[in-house]
Amino acid sequence: MPHDHSDHPHAVLPSDPALRVKALETILTRKGLIDPAALDEIIDTYQNKIGPQNGARVVARAWSDPAFKAALLADADPVLAELGYYGRQGEHMVVVENTPTQHNMVVCTLCSCYPWPLLGIPPGWYKSDAYRARAVREPRGVLADFGVSLPAETAVRVWDSTAEVRYLVLPMRPAGSEDLDEDALADLVSRDSMIGTALASKPDEGALT
Amino acid sequence: MSRVHDMGGRFGDGPVMPDSPDAPIFATDWHARALAVTLACGALGKWNIDISRHARERLSPKDYTRFSYYEKWISALADLLVETGVLTREDLEGKDDAGVHALASKALKAEAVAAVLAKGGPANRDSAIATSFAPGDRVKTRHPGGSALVDGGHTRLPGYATGACGEILLQHGAHVLPDSNAHGLGESPEPLYAVVFKASELWAHPEHPNDEVVLDLWQSYLEAEA
Repeated sequence: MPHDHSDHPHAVLPSDPALRVKALETILTRKGLIDPAALDEIIDTYQNKIGPQNGARVVARAWSDPAFKAALLADADPVLAELGYYGRQGEHMVVVENTPTQHNMVVCTLCSCYPWPLLGIPPGWYKSDAYRARAVREPRGVLADFGVSLPAETAVRVWDSTAEVRYLVLPMRPAGSEDLDEDALADLVSRDSMIGTALASKPDEGALT
Repeated sequence: MSRVHDMGGRFGDGPVMPDSPDAPIFATDWHARALAVTLACGALGKWNIDISRHARERLSPKDYTRFSYYEKWISALADLLVETGVLTREDLEGKDDAGVHALASKALKAEAVAAVLAKGGPANRDSAIATSFAPGDRVKTRHPGGSALVDGGHTRLPGYATGACGEILLQHGAHVLPDSNAHGLGESPEPLYAVVFKASELWAHPEHPNDEVVLDLWQSYLEAEA
């Protein structure tokens, strides 16, 4: 067994997780190995700058612009890079399109791989044992947990993110959204609809999450 | 031979609990600090993403199961810092000498954060290994699963997909092989594919006859279907 220890070094730190983080941060800061201001900057980035609003803009544009959508589905990386949506945990993007006959859903059964530049930090449920364990075996059961029920003619394709490729679901454009501009369309695109555990909202519903 | 993180298909976990629309991105402050400390320490250059993932996976099954998500991160980080010689156990016990560390010049600075996050760390590489499969080709995954390179080592072939027959869906080019890179055996890039499997190939009781699961799998995980 490689690097298996009966006495992992982490056990030396306080067992309370908040104190464990604090202890490690204090030690590393004292030695000059981390800069607390850099930590603040990382947190601010994912709390305030990078999040599902990025992905929603991409989806809204794909709904509005057929040439953009075709390019996005054919080879997402250059299209997204041009919009500035490139970076850590989004280096190799594939966008998969929902249709009346195929619904796509994304999971990472082995850890928590997720397209950070487009969706930010994954929600707790995406990282939960229940989602990781069940999404591949019973996606329809998981969708029911989200209040989503698919018709029998719609097949489910679950993407298990086992490599550094990250997947974004392009949800179906909802009925009644024909007259909306890109900004209004983006409001219909929830985070979960781009993971595949929700559908895009209808114009009279507004986005949920 | 599997490890506790390899949970795809497992029974007994109960319902998925969706969050509320206004749920904060970080449930508590220490979650955010744990993420940030982990990312910042990555900049020290002492490990790669595969080593980092493997460090979480080889937490003991007992710890892996009882730890929350970011507890796994911070505990695996502490283990890695000691294993790579950045810190000692005495340091973790607070008995450090408070001197500036030799690696301090590599510390991630606030003004560099945006550029580092935007730059990312692409995994595609040139590879001397020729592509064996094309979209539409039928393939079978390796069985037994697990790492072929290191017993009990890191692999990205989940247990539920070993010995299964599927079809090449996409070619992703050549990517770093985690099975090798996680153990300091080199990046060993090889062709990577998205492979689609019928749910009925993987599960005794699939929910729907037309449902499918797609996994990204390296060429050495695959052979042509007999």
